[in-house]
Formats: sequence, C-alpha cells, structure tokens
Amino acid sequence: MVWLQSSQWEGARAVPLSGHVGFDSMPDQLVNKSVNHGFCFNILCVGETGLGKSTLMDTLFNTKFEGEPTQHNQPGVQLKSNTYELQESNVRLKLTVVNTVGFGDQINKEDSYKSIVEFIDTQFEAYLQEELKIKRTLHSYHDTRIHACLYFIAPTGHSLKSLDLVTMKKLDSKVNIIPIVAKSDAISKSELAKFKIKITSELVSNGVQIYQFPTDDETVAEINSTMNGHLPFAVVGSTEEVKIGNKMVRARQYPWGTVQVENENHCDFVKLREMLIRVNMEDLREQTHTRHYELYRRCKLEEMGFKDTDPDSKPFSLQETYEAKRNEFMGELQKKEEEMRQMFVQRVKEKEAELKEAEKELHEKFDRLKKLHQDEKKKLEDKKKSLDDELNSFKQKKTAAELLQAQTQQAGSSSTLKKDKERKK
Amino acid sequence: MQLAFCHTFFKLLNHQIQRLWRLKYPLLGPEVSTSFYGNMADVGKTPVARNEKTNSEFGYVGIDAILEQMRRKAMKQGFEFNIMVVGQSGLGKSTLMNTLFKSKVSRRSLMTSEEERIPKTIEIKSISHDIEEKGVRMKLTVIDTPGFGDQINNENCWQPIMKFINVQYEQYLQEEINIERKKRIPDSRVHCCIYFIPPTGHCLRPIDIEFMRHLSKVVNIVPVIAKADTLTLEERDFFKQKIREDLRANEIDIYPQKEFDEDAEDRIINEKIREMIPFAVVGSDQEYQVNGKRLLGRKTRWGTVEVENTAHCEFAYLRDLLIRTHMQNIKDITSSIHYEMYRVRRLNENNTQPNGQQAIHANGVPEHEVLSHEM
Repeated sequence: MVWLQSSQWEGARAVPLSGHVGFDSMPDQLVNKSVNHGFCFNILCVGETGLGKSTLMDTLFNTKFEGEPTQHNQPGVQLKSNTYELQESNVRLKLTVVNTVGFGDQINKEDSYKSIVEFIDTQFEAYLQEELKIKRTLHSYHDTRIHACLYFIAPTGHSLKSLDLVTMKKLDSKVNIIPIVAKSDAISKSELAKFKIKITSELVSNGVQIYQFPTDDETVAEINSTMNGHLPFAVVGSTEEVKIGNKMVRARQYPWGTVQVENENHCDFVKLREMLIRVNMEDLREQTHTRHYELYRRCKLEEMGFKDTDPDSKPFSLQETYEAKRNEFMGELQKKEEEMRQMFVQRVKEKEAELKEAEKELHEKFDRLKKLHQDEKKKLEDKKKSLDDELNSFKQKKTAAELLQAQTQQAGSSSTLKKDKERKK
Repeated sequence: MQLAFCHTFFKLLNHQIQRLWRLKYPLLGPEVSTSFYGNMADVGKTPVARNEKTNSEFGYVGIDAILEQMRRKAMKQGFEFNIMVVGQSGLGKSTLMNTLFKSKVSRRSLMTSEEERIPKTIEIKSISHDIEEKGVRMKLTVIDTPGFGDQINNENCWQPIMKFINVQYEQYLQEEINIERKKRIPDSRVHCCIYFIPPTGHCLRPIDIEFMRHLSKVVNIVPVIAKADTLTLEERDFFKQKIREDLRANEIDIYPQKEFDEDAEDRIINEKIREMIPFAVVGSDQEYQVNGKRLLGRKTRWGTVEVENTAHCEFAYLRDLLIRTHMQNIKDITSSIHYEMYRVRRLNENNTQPNGQQAIHANGVPEHEVLSHEM
C-alpha cells in the first residue's frame, strides 16, 4: 500500500526514512494488548415473542445459551440481559445478549418502546458516570453499551407494523439498528423480494436511519456496499442438525423439504454472520462510542446546564461551569438550611408557648384543687368543732343530769329516812 | 436523584461482575461460561455463575476476525508518539534521535547555523514529523529542551519542563471535558522522556537526581548514558551499578515501573530490562564500511564503533524497547496512569479552592510565574 506523502496530520512534515526503524509493529502491539484485555460486545434483540430471537443467537454463536421460551402474558416490556464469555483461538469475547421480553404482547402497546429506550440510556448513563468520575478506571470498565440492535420483523409479507416503525424511529438515534426478517422460511422467494423492497421504502419514507455498513475502507468497501443492498436480512435460525448428503448441517426439517441455515440460497444467515461478526464488529463498537454515545453525552450535559461557550462565545471551561453550578447549589443549600432553621425556631417557639399554656393551666388547676381542699378541710373542722361542742354540751348535761340524779337520790333517801323516822315516832 | 440511583446500582452490579470475573474461567478450548446478572428491575438478585462446557465446535463463528478489523482500523488511523529529550548540550541528543528514527528528525537538522547558541533560559522546542513504514503511519513529535543544565545556576531547571508536560495534560483534559468534542482527541502528551546522563563514570550528579526525582512522577523517564564510547566495559558496568543504586536510594521510579507490571510474563521481561537500565548508547547518522557491510557507526583512529552492534553499545536494546516492543505500553502508561493522576489532582483542586483564590498549578508552580518557552 503506497500512501501519498502529504501529511494527514496538521503541523507535521513528511520525512522519509533511510532504514528500518521498527514501528510497523505498532498495530501488532496494539492488537496484543487488546487480546490480553479481551473484547466485549453487546447485542440487543428487539422483536415480538416467538420470532426466534433466542434461537438465532444460539445459531449465530454456535452455543446453547440457557433460557426457556417466555410466556405471552407479560404485563409490560422487560429487558433480560445475559453475559457470556466465549473464546475462539486466542480471542476472548465477553458477549452480552439482551432480550426484550413481552414485546408486542400487550393490548395497549403505546409504551412498549419506552423500556427499551430507558435501558439503552441507562447503559450510556453508567458509562458517562464512570467517565466523569474523579478516580476512574476506564480501561478496565465493563462496557455495557449496546453495540448492535437486531430488530426482528415478523414475516407477514406485507409491510412493517406500526409498532415496528414507531420503535425503530425511537431507537435509530440511540443504537445501530440492523433489521432482519425473522422465520423467513415462511415466505416464498418472490414474496420475500417484494417484502424487502416494501420494508426499505417504508423505512426511508419514515426517516428511520438504520445502520449502514461502512464503505470508506477499500478492503471491505465492496462487500459492505453489496450487503447494504441486501438489508433487511432474511434469516432462519436452528440449532438442530440434519444429515444432508454425508455432512451434518444445521437445518429445519419439514415434510416438504429441509431449510439449511448456512445455505445462501435458502436464507441470509451467512450474510448476517459475516457482516455482524466477521467484518464490522469493530465498526459497530466504534459507531456506538463516537456517534450514539457522544450524542447522548452532549444532550445530557446540555440538559444539566453545562455549555461550551457563553453568550459572548468565549469558551467556557467545564470547570468554570461546574464551579458556578456548585456555588449555585451551595447557595441553594444554604438557603434551604436557613429556611429549615427558621422553621425549626418557629416550631420551638410555638411548642414553648403551648407548654407554657399547659403549665399555666396546671397551676390554675392545682390552685383550684388546693382551694377546694382547704374549703373541705374548713368545713370538716367546723363540723368537728360543732360536734365537739355538742359533745361537750352533752357531757355537761350528762354531768349535770348525774349530779341532779345524785342530789335527788340523796334527797329522796334523806326524805325516806325522814319519813321512816316519823313513822317510828 | 434518579442519576445517583442508577450510579449506585451499576456500581453494585459492576462490583458483582468483577467479583465473578475473578473466578478464573479456564480459557483453553471452546467453552462458554455464563453469568446471569438479571433484569434491570431486579436489584436484589445475586448473579449466578456456571461453567458450561458446551461444544462450540460445530462451526467457526469468526470472533477472532475482530483482530483483523482492529488492525485495519489502526492502520487507517495511524499512531502518535511524543518523545522528549533532556540533557546538557553536547551530549548527542539530536544525533541519537536521528539514529533512532533513521531520519533527520531533530531540531538541529532544521536550524540554520546562526541559531547555534546556548540559550539563556531553558527553551522547549517541539517538532512534528509524519513518518511511514510498511503502511503504518506515525506522527512523531520530538521535543527538545535546549538550555537544560547549561546555566551557571541550574536551580529549578526541571520546572519549565514539568510545566510543559502539565500543559499538554491540561490541553488534553480540556478537550476531553468539552461538550462537543472531536472524534479523536489530538494527543500531545509527552509519552516518554529520555534523560541523557554524561559519561562521568562515577555516579549521578545532583542535577540528575533532582530532575529525575521530580519528573518520574509525571512522565515515563528512560535514562541513558550518553556518548558511551568513552567508557570501557568495566567502567560502564560500574557506572550503571552506581546509577541504579542512586536511583533506588532516591526512590526514583523509571520506566518500566515495577508497580505497573501486569502479570508474571510482563514481570520477567521487564526485570530483564530493569537490569540493563540505563542503556549506554552511541549515536551516529553516518555510515561506514565494516566487513563488507555498510553500518552506522563512529569512525576513530583505533576502530569503528558500530551503533547497532550490541557488543559495542546498547543502542539496539534502547531502540527495541522504545519502538519495537514497548511503544504501546509506554503510551498506555502515560494515558491511564500519569494522565489520570494529573486529572485527579486537577479536578480535586477545583473542589477545594473557591473562585478568587489564586490557583496553584498541579506542578507546584504558582500561577503567576510564567517562564518563557517556545513551541
């Protein structure tokens, strides 16, 4: 490959080398480092229940991922994500497959796309948080951002459903969408061609931007542009093996024939695998990072109030904005603190007043009771006194009565004596 | 705030996942290990890891094609490398750069003879070159520091250099925190600093120790013994030993740093390098005929010193280290360790100092002291 001498970097002059320096090993050094580190790839499968999403993933990656087919009675759309570690020769891949559970099963599907968009945003958010941290570990961060979204279209043969259009429209600015026609062994070849044309025209007329395989690198430009014309891929997935001739191939067996998964005349599975994994995996990851993530980041930061330039278009540093925001925040905090303090003081005052009232009441009650008690006591004393008086007078009377009795007895006895004396005389 | 919730949630998840990856999955042979980390709504579920030995042999998936894809991308983008040379004038810095990169990349080659004077203060001159080899393109920036160590009073000679390095980090940081940022942030951070030690044969001088002590904290330093053809092999070994002792005594961490060895393999390779540091080098951009071959060397009356002969000097080891084996590693350590440390310091600075107080740069130099330097 001969490169022109004009520099691709500004400020650098092209200099010829007079011998072998050795930095042509740099791509190898870079690749070695990545191999040691491992790669990660995250796929999101969006489609109605029963379209063969899990089977297709199994077929693509030649393994049996766990999981049973989901029921059709989910109340809302949920996303289930599973991470697997695969290895082929010396390449370790951390693959995450996210499935939409219950998509298209509800009666009211207005909010179906929301949980998907939320999930994608959450992954972006997590990465953004990690990037904004002060002490960060970006090189060992497990990237969970969705790199590719396989959108499964039901093989009706007519056109896209409105749910599909709405969902894809919401997702096209957040993730690389690759539409595929699922279970395409249900459509005949001629119907399929018409279906594909209808789908692509509908996507274009609705302004949905699906992922285009990149054509700027000469080595892959040709194959990519051919493949771009075959979108959406019509796939068939199968993990069962059938004997054809003297080989075991993956296929679906019907009474009228066998659909071979890896036969390019039967379906586009090979094309999908080629594009998704063997040719453009790195580009998908790069697009996610440089386009979709950057867009998310920009919107998010702008939402939070950060700007790059102020009205005079002098560059604002993030630090300054951060400082300003921080001061604003601290000011607000202080104000709130003041308010709370005021409220607290007021409450205390009120409580104090209440307590004083209560105390006063108590005092009054006490006084009243005391007075009552005193009154009672006085009454009792009076009564006692009167009783005492009565007793005294009674005693007096008694003594007086006794005296009288004693006197009368004496007088009586003396009178009887006198009487006796008189008789005797 | 919902952000805080998501942040802590993913921190938790991350923690769980990292715990799982520490369970060593055997990496040989086709194998699938699974870990289920559940639904977005299930915060409390603990992940389950299972090792499934499934047969992934009925067909080739093509995952390893990603290596080729990466290579293609790297070739298209090209690489950047920024190397700084520090040392007193007359130690052969420019010649060594020319020898390393087999072309006229030094400042001397671009100057006219009128400019040949020793500057009164330390200047920093950086020149960029676009070089290409076998389809791989590289933007090489050589940063020269004329005037270093040449004054009578060399106190704080390391300061302007430290400031320059931090300015590069600052530029990168500013670009990184922009809202609208470029696809590829231009990397002007100094990846490697080659420090030239004059061949006294005794031990390190105070200026050497001071400089390396301060700068080893912010940049990868590779010390070399300049003009090593003035030392015999015994003198060279003795000198190297003394230098290593001095470095150890002053706790100077030169490249490759012990603490950044990733695994046992790395450690073995790096130990071998550490035993040879500092490299005793001889530079030359002139070719002579030796034994029927044209070789780079220095011709004297008593013989020709061959630059690329490892029996004569250690230039080849230095070149292999810097360019052929460890260039990517050098760049990685700069970006993931030195730059991150700078970033942490810088971001913490902003937190603890409210507006109005004069900021002190992370390099310890107060803001109002501006030393002249040219770029």
